[in-house]
Amino acid sequence: MNVSLFATCLVDMVQSNIGKNTVELLERLGCTVSFPKGQTCCGQPAYNSGYVKASKETMKNTIQVFEDAEVIVCPSGSCAYMLKEYVHIFKDEPLWHEKAQRIADKTYELTQFIVDVLKIENVGAKLNGTATYHPSCHMTRLLKVQKAPLTLLQHVEGLELLEMPLKENCCGFGGTFSIKMGQISEQMVDEKIASAEQIAVHYLIGADAGCLMNIGGRIDRKNIDIKTMHIAEILNSR
Amino acid sequence: MAMKISQQKFNERLSSNLENDFMRGAVAGAQHRFQTRRSAAVDSLNWEEWRNHGEEIRQHVLENLDYYLYELSINVEARGGHVFFAQTAEEATEYISTIAKQKSAKKIVKAKSMVTEEINLNSHLEQLGCEVIETDLGEYILQLDDHDPPSHIVTPALHKNKDQIREVFEQKIGYTASSQPEELALHARKVLREHYLTADIGITGCNFAVAETGSVCLVTNEGNADLVTALPKTQISVMGMERLVPTFEEMEVLVGMLTRSAVGQKLTSYITVLTGIKEALEVDGPEEFHLVIVDNGRSSILGGEFQSILQCIRCAACINTCPVYRHVGGHTYGSIYSGPIGAVLSPLLGGYDDYKELPYASTLCGACTDVCPVKIPLHQLLHKHREVIVEREGRAPISESLLMQAFGMGTSSQSIYKLGTKVASTVMKPFTKNEKITNGPGPLKNWTAYRDFPSLQKERFRDWFEQHNKGGNPK
Repeated sequence: MNVSLFATCLVDMVQSNIGKNTVELLERLGCTVSFPKGQTCCGQPAYNSGYVKASKETMKNTIQVFEDAEVIVCPSGSCAYMLKEYVHIFKDEPLWHEKAQRIADKTYELTQFIVDVLKIENVGAKLNGTATYHPSCHMTRLLKVQKAPLTLLQHVEGLELLEMPLKENCCGFGGTFSIKMGQISEQMVDEKIASAEQIAVHYLIGADAGCLMNIGGRIDRKNIDIKTMHIAEILNSR
Repeated sequence: MAMKISQQKFNERLSSNLENDFMRGAVAGAQHRFQTRRSAAVDSLNWEEWRNHGEEIRQHVLENLDYYLYELSINVEARGGHVFFAQTAEEATEYISTIAKQKSAKKIVKAKSMVTEEINLNSHLEQLGCEVIETDLGEYILQLDDHDPPSHIVTPALHKNKDQIREVFEQKIGYTASSQPEELALHARKVLREHYLTADIGITGCNFAVAETGSVCLVTNEGNADLVTALPKTQISVMGMERLVPTFEEMEVLVGMLTRSAVGQKLTSYITVLTGIKEALEVDGPEEFHLVIVDNGRSSILGGEFQSILQCIRCAACINTCPVYRHVGGHTYGSIYSGPIGAVLSPLLGGYDDYKELPYASTLCGACTDVCPVKIPLHQLLHKHREVIVEREGRAPISESLLMQAFGMGTSSQSIYKLGTKVASTVMKPFTKNEKITNGPGPLKNWTAYRDFPSLQKERFRDWFEQHNKGGNPK
């Protein structure tokens, strides 16, 4: 299958490792991956802060870049959801609304694509250790991808999955929230890390670079012995 | 207490509440209890169907609000009651004060009501020389504690633990027993009992008014609303203008959803329905009944992009699930309406001058929207506030505005984006140590105050991909 990768701005600039693992994983599963070079960002940082007009130009670029894709796969639940949200955002602009609908219909978050489209539950990954999965908010509640990541993780050889307390609670990232409301964000991320520490796992796994940067950044600051990993990195471990 | 509960700035309130370990422990514990009970109460039902039905009822009422308000007022009057439409908080308090003066009221007992907090009723009545006594246990505790403001719309004293409550009782009402909730409640019950019997006026809020019969429905676990409406000769119910249902059939659905969502109960211990004044052969009930219907900004919400917030049935499920409320507590919001519902409603009723930070005190995680029994898209309304604040009110900080304009330019133009991301790692190099940024410039400063930021990679993903896939891809 020909997959157009929407890598997301964070992966492109800061977390390229997630992108590399995503590409290798998808290729190993038989996909031909392309990276449309015109892509930038889904527009969420400005949109969620209330700058709707400024973010619409970004969204239009994304729509144009991916218009001809067969399927769009994104290693982020939040950004994948945003691409689907374009349909509502452009509801009053018929031309863009129609294009947005076409984009939305063929957009998948990475694990959703592997399980629902490729119909694969075991990607043949191996990794020894204990891990917990952080169900990120937009992926779980808005995109409603809940089971796919767990299904894939359960098949990783050597990996023992444990559930952390309060797992549904937001990690405190929230895009610009983490900067604007740093004090509250700090409390939220500390509680998230404390939850993971309570079950003493080696890895905290997520499917969104934003959440992982927040949790991982705080873990680094506090010198805690838990490694944050994107699910693509886990699924590409062999 | 008016809607606004603090003169401090948002950041000052936030800092002092984050340091309040007692409050934070109490809130976290309460959230856990409420969430567990709520799940148990709704999981056994086809809850999504209930939610659709609840939403449908509330939307139908809002779309026909004029019709049902008219029907309600006709039916209240047909049963000997008086109806007063108050456009503002002042009109409402003035009307109620006039009744208190006419009756030469010395003592007034009240059942829990958020709208009377909103219009600052108690202080107006106290200025007249009336003794006003809150009979809901939580409200009573706060009133005794020098009018500490409510921090939650259902359980107003949520921020206090039982030892703090014991101290208040010791200081104010001669309490000498333990911190056991049963003993505390028993003492309050004994003190309050005397007040019901000697009050001149009873004042209640209104969970739902029933248009078809002119009834006022009150939901409590303490039975206090029963006594407030049954004993004093004059009774006044105060309701927000949207808090009504067409018939008892819809009331039954919404009460069941309210109690399940609020405290995880199928029904509360008491559901009090008051219909008109005491009739000839009845032994209890008021001789005079007034229904005060308060607008106070609600009609300007109606018909606009925030209309769905008026669907709210004040269950507080959103508050009980909110991860931000969990840490900051109710008082940080600076309004009697806290949590996600408060962050949407307070700026609408009280204006952005006092409440412009509230819509940003959310990660837009959507947990509130998920639990709302009447399907208010709370996180979307929080986002809508941000859009209004930035684009229509022009209240965003200039630095942020410039940054976001730059974001818009940088991410809508492919060439600027490519150039920007290419030079970014060079620009950030002086701030990078051991592949981490621990003290970043500009907007990164607030990030690195609490966390490290990964160094920008020399090789962008797109450069790796080009190498990986020699020849590149179209577009």
